Amino acid sequence: MAGHHDEFIRLEGKIFTKSFFVLLTLVIIGFYYIGVRYVKGIGAVSNMSDGYPWGIWIAYDVATGTAIACGGYAMAILIYIRNHWKFHPLIRSALLTSLFGYCLAGFSVMVDLGRYWNSYGFFMPARWQINSAMFEVALCVMAYSTVLVIEFLPAVLWSLENSRGETLRKVSAWLHPRLVPDEAKLASGLEWVRAAAAWLRPRLDKVLVFFIVLGITLPTMHQSSLGSLLLIAATKLNPLWHTGFLPLLFLINCIYIGYAIVIMESIISSYAFKREIEYNELAGLSRIIPWLTVIWLSVRIGDLVHRGQIVNALKFDFYSCFFLLEFCLVAGGSMILFSRRMRRSPRWLFITATMIILGGGLYRFNVYLIGFNPGQGWHYFPSFAEVMITVGVIALEILGYQVLVKVFPVLPNPHKHGANGHAQEPVGLPPGAVPQGK
Amino acid sequence: MKSQSRRDFFKLLGLGGATLLASSVPAMGSEKGGANNEALGMLYDATMCVGCKACMATCKRVNGDYGSLSYERASFDPDGLWDAPQDLSGSTRTLIKLCKESDSRWSYVKYSCMHCQKPSCVSVCPVSAMTKDKVTGVVDYNKDTCIGCRYCQVACSFTIPKFQWEKTLPQIVKCDLCRNTNLREKGITACAEVCPVGAITFGKRKDLLAIAHDRLQDNPGRYIHHVYGEHELGGTNHLYLSALSFEKLGLPTLPDNAPAEFSEKIQHTIYKGFVAPVALYSTLCFIALKNQKGQEKNGHKEDGE
Ligand code: SF4
Ligand code: SF4
Ligand code: SF4
Repeated sequence: MAGHHDEFIRLEGKIFTKSFFVLLTLVIIGFYYIGVRYVKGIGAVSNMSDGYPWGIWIAYDVATGTAIACGGYAMAILIYIRNHWKFHPLIRSALLTSLFGYCLAGFSVMVDLGRYWNSYGFFMPARWQINSAMFEVALCVMAYSTVLVIEFLPAVLWSLENSRGETLRKVSAWLHPRLVPDEAKLASGLEWVRAAAAWLRPRLDKVLVFFIVLGITLPTMHQSSLGSLLLIAATKLNPLWHTGFLPLLFLINCIYIGYAIVIMESIISSYAFKREIEYNELAGLSRIIPWLTVIWLSVRIGDLVHRGQIVNALKFDFYSCFFLLEFCLVAGGSMILFSRRMRRSPRWLFITATMIILGGGLYRFNVYLIGFNPGQGWHYFPSFAEVMITVGVIALEILGYQVLVKVFPVLPNPHKHGANGHAQEPVGLPPGAVPQGK
Repeated sequence: MKSQSRRDFFKLLGLGGATLLASSVPAMGSEKGGANNEALGMLYDATMCVGCKACMATCKRVNGDYGSLSYERASFDPDGLWDAPQDLSGSTRTLIKLCKESDSRWSYVKYSCMHCQKPSCVSVCPVSAMTKDKVTGVVDYNKDTCIGCRYCQVACSFTIPKFQWEKTLPQIVKCDLCRNTNLREKGITACAEVCPVGAITFGKRKDLLAIAHDRLQDNPGRYIHHVYGEHELGGTNHLYLSALSFEKLGLPTLPDNAPAEFSEKIQHTIYKGFVAPVALYSTLCFIALKNQKGQEKNGHKEDGE
C-alpha cells in the first residue's frame, strides 16, 4: 500500500443527514433491548431455547455477518496475491466494511455470551481447549479484528497528518475553556500528534504487507472453522448440510460473498454519494465470482451424490426447499455473471451480487439454523426484541461507514482512477478507459 | 498467462482445502481403544421405576446450592410451595417422565446426563469448562471458567446441558454424578441412593453392563433386547433398560460412533502441529512481497518513494 494514498479521497458532505437519524433511531432501539438483556437475562429478549441455543445473533451477526465482512479478505487475495493492483482503489472501503463487520460480530458475541465476564479465559493457556473449533474461531477473529485496525490505520494517520486543523481547531476552541486551560499547550499537543502521525505512516507502510498477509491467513483459518463449528452436530444438522466438507464450503463461500459485497457496496455508494461507478474494476471482479461458485457448487453437489443425499435434496419438503432456494440463488447469479454483457451493466451487476449474497448467506443460515433440528419438538423463531438487537447492530455498522467515509480518505479517488492498471488484467478494457497517469 | 494466474488462485484456495480432502480418507490411528469400563455410571431400569420422583426431589435438595438449582413454579402455585419442572432445565438436573404407548402400556423414564465415553460437550467447550475425569469418567461443569457460549448445548446429541435463560448471571446446568456433593460424601449418587425400588443402580460401567445383560438373559420377555448406552455414540456411562422402544422414551436412535471423533479428526488434520497455517502464512508472504516489489518497480515512480 506504500505511497498510494492519493488513490483515495475523503467524501465531502454533511455528516448529519436524514438517513443518519433514521439509522440512529434503530441503533437506539437495539441498544435499549441490549440493556434489557443485560439486566434481565437473555431469555427476556430472545426466543432461544435449550434446543436452539444459537439464534440469529450467532447465525446472522457472526456466521453470516463475518462472511459479508469478507470483502477486505477477498480483495486482499486479489490484489496482493493474484497481483491485480488495478483493484487497489477498492480496498479501503472493503477494509472498512470488514472492520465494521468483524467488530460488530465481536460485539454481538458479547451480547450473546451468557457468562461474558469469563471470556478473559481465552487468554489463559491453561483453559485453552484446542479441540474446539470455537476456540480457534474466537482467537482468529480477535486477531483479525486487530489486523484490520492496523490495515486501516494509514487512512487515519493520513487524516491526522493532513488535517488543516479546522476540525481540530474547532475542537480545541470548544475544549479550551472547559478542559484544557492553556491554549498554547493544546496547540502544541495537536502539533505533536500530527508530527507523530507523519513519522509513523511511512514506517507503517513498510511493514504493512506482513499485516496484510496475516489478514489473509486469519480469515482463511476462521472462516473454514466457522464451518467446522457444526461438524459436531452430526445428529442434529440435516444431512443436506452436514458433511466433512463444511470447512471447505464455508471458506469458498465467504470469498465469493466477499467479492459480491464489494461490488454491491461500490454500486450503492456510487448512487448514494453520487459518484461515478468503477465500471472496469467491477466488471473484473464479477468475472471471478462464477468460477468460485462453480467450484463451490461442484463440491456441494458432488458431496451430496457421494453421500446418497441427492434424493432428499429433490424431495421438495421443508429442508429440500431451502436447499433448492440456496442453490438456485447462487447458481442463477453465477450463470448471469458468465455473460460479459451483463457484467458491464450496473443493474445486472447489482442484481447478481444480491443473488449471490442472499444465496451464500442463506447457506450459512441453513447450516446454523434452518437445517438444525434438535428433535423432541423444539422450535425457534426469533422474537421482536432479538431481531431489533440485530437490526440495531447492522444500523450501527452502516452508520459508522457513512460517517467514516466522510472523515477519512476511504473511497476511490475518481481522478486517479485506473492509475495502477499495470498488472494488465484481461478484462477487456474499452479503448477509452486506458489507465491515465496523473 | 491468464489461465496461469487463475490456476494459481485456485491452487491457493485449495491450500486451505487440500488438507481437508485428506481427511475424507478413512481415519488412521485415531485412538479407538474401546470404552473405559472402569468408569462410574448408573443403570436405570425403566421397568422397575415406579415414578415416585424421589430421585428428582433428592437431586435438587442435595445439589441445589452447589448447582444453583431452584424450584420451578407451576402457574397455579405463585408461592412456589411445590416444585413442578416440566423438563430438564436451568434448575433441574434430572427428571422423571411418564410415556404412554396406550392406556395399558406405559413406562416411566428418567433423564439426566449420559456421561458419554467421548463427550461432545467436552470436545467443543472452548475454555475447558466441561471436563471429563480420566479415572471416574464423570463429565463435570465448571461455572468459573464457562463463558456461556452454549456450544455444549448445540453439540450434545441428547440436549442435556441446560442454560438459565431467565437469569441475569446464568450458567449451564447438568448432572455431574453428584461429584461435588453426594458422591464425594457418601460414595454413591443421591438419586441411586434414595430410589426405593432399586431402579437406579450405581457402579462401575463393567458391573452395570454385566447386571444389564444378566437381566436381559433372565427375563427374555420383559425387555427390549438392548442396553441403551452400551454402544450409542461410542458408549455412555449412564445405561438404560426398557420395555418400550427407547425412541418412545425420548432416547434418540443414534449411531455407534462419537460425533466428537469425526469433528476432531477433521480439525486435527487441518491444524496438526500448526504446520498448515504457518506454511500458508509464509507462502503468502513470499508471494505478496514479490508482487509488491514488482508493482513498485512498474507502477509508482510518480508517487515518490
Ligand atoms: S450426554 Fe451430553 S452433556 Fe452428558 S456427557 Fe454426553 S455430550 Fe456431555
Ligand atoms: S456454555 Fe460454557 S460449558 Fe458450554 S461450551 Fe460454552 S463455555 Fe463450555
Ligand atoms: S447423579 Fe446426582 S446430579 Fe445426577 S441426576 Fe442423580 S442425583 Fe442428580
